[in-house]
Amino acid sequence: MTATVTTNPEVDKSTGKGTSRGTGGARRRLPRIPDRIRQGGLPYLLLLPAVLLELLIHIIPMVIGIVMSFRQLTQFFISNWGAAPWIGFDNYSIAVDFDAPIGEALLHSFFVTCVFTFFSVGFAWLFGTAAAILLQESFRGRGILRAIFLVPYALPVYAAVITWAFMFQRDNGLVNHVLHDQLGITDEPSFWLIGDNSIYALIIVSVWKGWPFAFLMLMAGLQNIPRELYEAASIDGAGIWQQIRRITLPSLRPVNQVLVLVLFLWTFNDFNTPYVLFGKSAPESADLISIHIYQSSFVTWNFGTGSAMSVLLLLFLLVVTAVYLFLTSRGRKGADV
Amino acid sequence: MSSLTRPTRTARSRDRSPMAAPQSFLWTRRIVLTLLAGFVLLPVYVMVSSSLKPLQDVSGKFQWIPSTLTIQPYFDIWETVPLAKYFVNSLIVAGSATVLSVTLAVFSAYAVSRYRFRGKRVFTVTVLSTQMFPGILFLLPLFLIFVNIGNSTGVALYGSRGGLILTYLTFSLPFSIWMLIGYFDSIPRDLDEAALVDGCGPVRALFQVVVPAAVPGIVAVSVYSFMTAWGEVLFASVMTNDATRTLSVGLQGYATQNDVYWNQVMAASLVVSVPIVAGFLLLQRYLVAGLTAGAVK
Repeated sequence: MTATVTTNPEVDKSTGKGTSRGTGGARRRLPRIPDRIRQGGLPYLLLLPAVLLELLIHIIPMVIGIVMSFRQLTQFFISNWGAAPWIGFDNYSIAVDFDAPIGEALLHSFFVTCVFTFFSVGFAWLFGTAAAILLQESFRGRGILRAIFLVPYALPVYAAVITWAFMFQRDNGLVNHVLHDQLGITDEPSFWLIGDNSIYALIIVSVWKGWPFAFLMLMAGLQNIPRELYEAASIDGAGIWQQIRRITLPSLRPVNQVLVLVLFLWTFNDFNTPYVLFGKSAPESADLISIHIYQSSFVTWNFGTGSAMSVLLLLFLLVVTAVYLFLTSRGRKGADV
Repeated sequence: MSSLTRPTRTARSRDRSPMAAPQSFLWTRRIVLTLLAGFVLLPVYVMVSSSLKPLQDVSGKFQWIPSTLTIQPYFDIWETVPLAKYFVNSLIVAGSATVLSVTLAVFSAYAVSRYRFRGKRVFTVTVLSTQMFPGILFLLPLFLIFVNIGNSTGVALYGSRGGLILTYLTFSLPFSIWMLIGYFDSIPRDLDEAALVDGCGPVRALFQVVVPAAVPGIVAVSVYSFMTAWGEVLFASVMTNDATRTLSVGLQGYATQNDVYWNQVMAASLVVSVPIVAGFLLLQRYLVAGLTAGAVK
């Protein structure tokens, strides 16, 4: 029973008592925990509720989702989806037939989502980094600023986004009032929630909502940098800009690797922001993939094609994440050695 | 060296370096932080000021300074839309999802962090990977499962609060498990091993030693779960009906066919935001502490 676990490096690390964690003579004198406690059924008992729920909310739905993507699942079969006809890969060929309307719309929506994610994650990361580094040292008002910066993170998504929707109203919104009435930059009051400008509105709202999370993670990351590094650097005559460039930014790299991946996944999958901003169907220029799939499934009642699109999206995210993890872990090894 | 610097550091943490920060840094800090604060506070100002305007003022051109102040919207919001009911629904759903996911996460994170057993790696990898899946992927199958369970057994999961709570576990449970494994790993094993040697059972060791030591992590996870559930829109818009509607969907009720009661929308947004923002700002120190040990390593 123990034979399988010893080869696993991760398991070794977490239970390797005395080897990796041997911190002092005092600890060694404690008797070892009897193996029956470690090896008994207790861990399984502790995991049982979580495993059952994971099955119910993740594993089974995913299997059903994949099965549904091979069936012609329309609204007639909702109450008895087992009876929906099996059509093999037809849903997939509909989804990726980029010359036909459905496939073309999906491809467009994919590109829109990529552009949206790139700018949204980029600015969120940039703002978060700037704020975390500039707030690293204490000065008067630091606590207040820190609280202010966390407000978008704490505000419920719909309350925040609905306020932005109000600000982007054509006739009574703040944005047009400033741009048109006060600054005179635009000739006409522009539309922000329909048409080509929608993507800008969406990115702005998404950055506003998302950057405090980057700020929070990076603030936590900054606390792990040993003060002694800065003290040594300043004794050697390094100014504050040099300290930021040579100590702070490189030290944040492990945090950034996790942060960028998490931001990417959340932004790419974001449904809440476009849904509250635009409603059930987004304008073409801001037609994010999650809204697009929602629309295909719950508005036009084509669940089979919707499922196929979900599976394709999942495959894409898996590939991107795997490549990213491979690249960053290789980079990290190189940096450590 | 560290014993020499420690007293000065606690006395004045500002003295990081013997050299004062140059003007270029101070000005960058002032300008960037002011711009960011302005960006963050702009919608907050719009929300507060518009919630105090009469309807004709929010329907016309935007005014930076309200010409008429009224608190009438704060009374009307409860009439236009059954806001109190939505509030209670949100509280029940977000609260239950939080309690459920954090409790289960404590047990499983303890098992993963302290024991070795067959299938551990499968479990952690599964939990980790489900975090990246889009909610839309689970929405449709869960919807179908709920509808079918309802049809075959008569248990109405679709439209019920219980069903919505279950769907909220799709995002709060994996995140809680992931964070708490990291946090429990950062608590010295000697602590609970000493308790075990003293004759505590493993479950008592968990509750008397590990859980108290992990309070910041547990608070961080709870805050995160609650806030995400409180703001969730996707599942709430599909899985609820008139009786179980949560705030995230209910707020759309202020838009009628003829008019959007923007002043009431803003007042209601403020009312549902204030408790959660206040609670979050009180607990934010725990969040950074929890992130530092749990996620950022």
